[in-house]
Amino acid sequence: MTPVAVMVGANRIVSAAGIIHPLGSADLSPEDEKALRRRIVEQALQALRTEVAKPTVFGRE
Amino acid sequence: MAAETLRVVCYLNQFFGQLGGEDKAGVGPQVVDGAIGAARAVQQALGDAGTVVATVICGDNYAAEQAERATTELVALVAAARPDLLVAGPAFLAGRYGVACGALCAAAQAELKIPTVTGMHAENPGVELYRRQVYVVQTGAEATRMLPEVQRLVALGLKLARGEAIGAPAAHGYFARGVTRNIVAGANAADRAVAMLLDKLAGRAFTTEVPRPAFPPVAAPRLVKTLAGATIALVTDGGLVPRGNPDGIEALNATRYGAYSIEGKSSLDAAQYDNPHRGYDTTWVKQDPHRLVPVDVARELEQSGAIGKLHETIYSTVGVATTLAQSARMGREIAEKLRAAGVDAVILTST
Repeated sequence: MTPVAVMVGANRIVSAAGIIHPLGSADLSPEDEKALRRRIVEQALQALRTEVAKPTVFGRE
Repeated sequence: MAAETLRVVCYLNQFFGQLGGEDKAGVGPQVVDGAIGAARAVQQALGDAGTVVATVICGDNYAAEQAERATTELVALVAAARPDLLVAGPAFLAGRYGVACGALCAAAQAELKIPTVTGMHAENPGVELYRRQVYVVQTGAEATRMLPEVQRLVALGLKLARGEAIGAPAAHGYFARGVTRNIVAGANAADRAVAMLLDKLAGRAFTTEVPRPAFPPVAAPRLVKTLAGATIALVTDGGLVPRGNPDGIEALNATRYGAYSIEGKSSLDAAQYDNPHRGYDTTWVKQDPHRLVPVDVARELEQSGAIGKLHETIYSTVGVATTLAQSARMGREIAEKLRAAGVDAVILTST
């Protein structure tokens, strides 16, 4: 959904793990799932500190 | 009734009301009998159909700096002239003037129950602020073609005053008010779509039937504080609610949001939460709400000192088929509450 976020003008966008579970994944072990969630949240925190001039997607692989 | 001529009141700023330029922008509301300044063009456009009985004038700065008071005073002056129609402006690209015209029209409609019309350039801030409430006719940026522009305002104003049906925005040259009306089309959707495509391919002019909403750019302030000194809030449009959905947040086209405390919680117990969102399969986030709102890792980051504080209230709504207007309102309200609570930044999780 990141293209929609860009279109509507959200300024700092972190690509997450999917529409049905943006901050998790039922396919992972509980430990791995939490580590994934932590990575996404930490990326969001770093994005908040980053200067942006237009809608910017962080964390594209 | 039909034989009587219409009583019209005009609203002008100090410049178009011939009081003066910026040096007179501070003057308060006043009224002059009959038509003066730009109101003479309104009288000319009206011809025998109506009479400008009064011209109400206010300085741009007065109207902008004490907007509520100015509007109240102006409505009283308009009311005293007992008009059947209020014509405000046109304000062209003059921002303070445009906003004042929109505010007065909206208030006069609501309080005096009279039709109103105003006119502005597309980029006048008064357009976005008032086009949903008030008929705002599109004008040029400057007053170089005053009479033809005023004629279009007056033509629409007369239809409104006579209670005649108002056609589509394009037919009358006013800004879309966000009203949807059923009409019978001459051809089915497939035929119209193909005709539009052929026009597009051939480089001919065509008009979309579904204009995309305009998303104005929003400034992107950076978090200046260090993370270790910042209060971070979690917000979601993915539909997290306490079991029982106490705020009755709608399953789609939401108009409500909830504020839910996480005070004393290091994690969210799935048994205490639910999710009414009907825009995605919520099975997985109901199994584990952290897949939507990461309270568990945010708490850990708070405890380790990576962030200063996790805000103790989560805001949540359902973002599916939610109108732009409702989203903007809810976002504004939530942002005001977060700001008042001293929150420095937000992580909004979306599905």
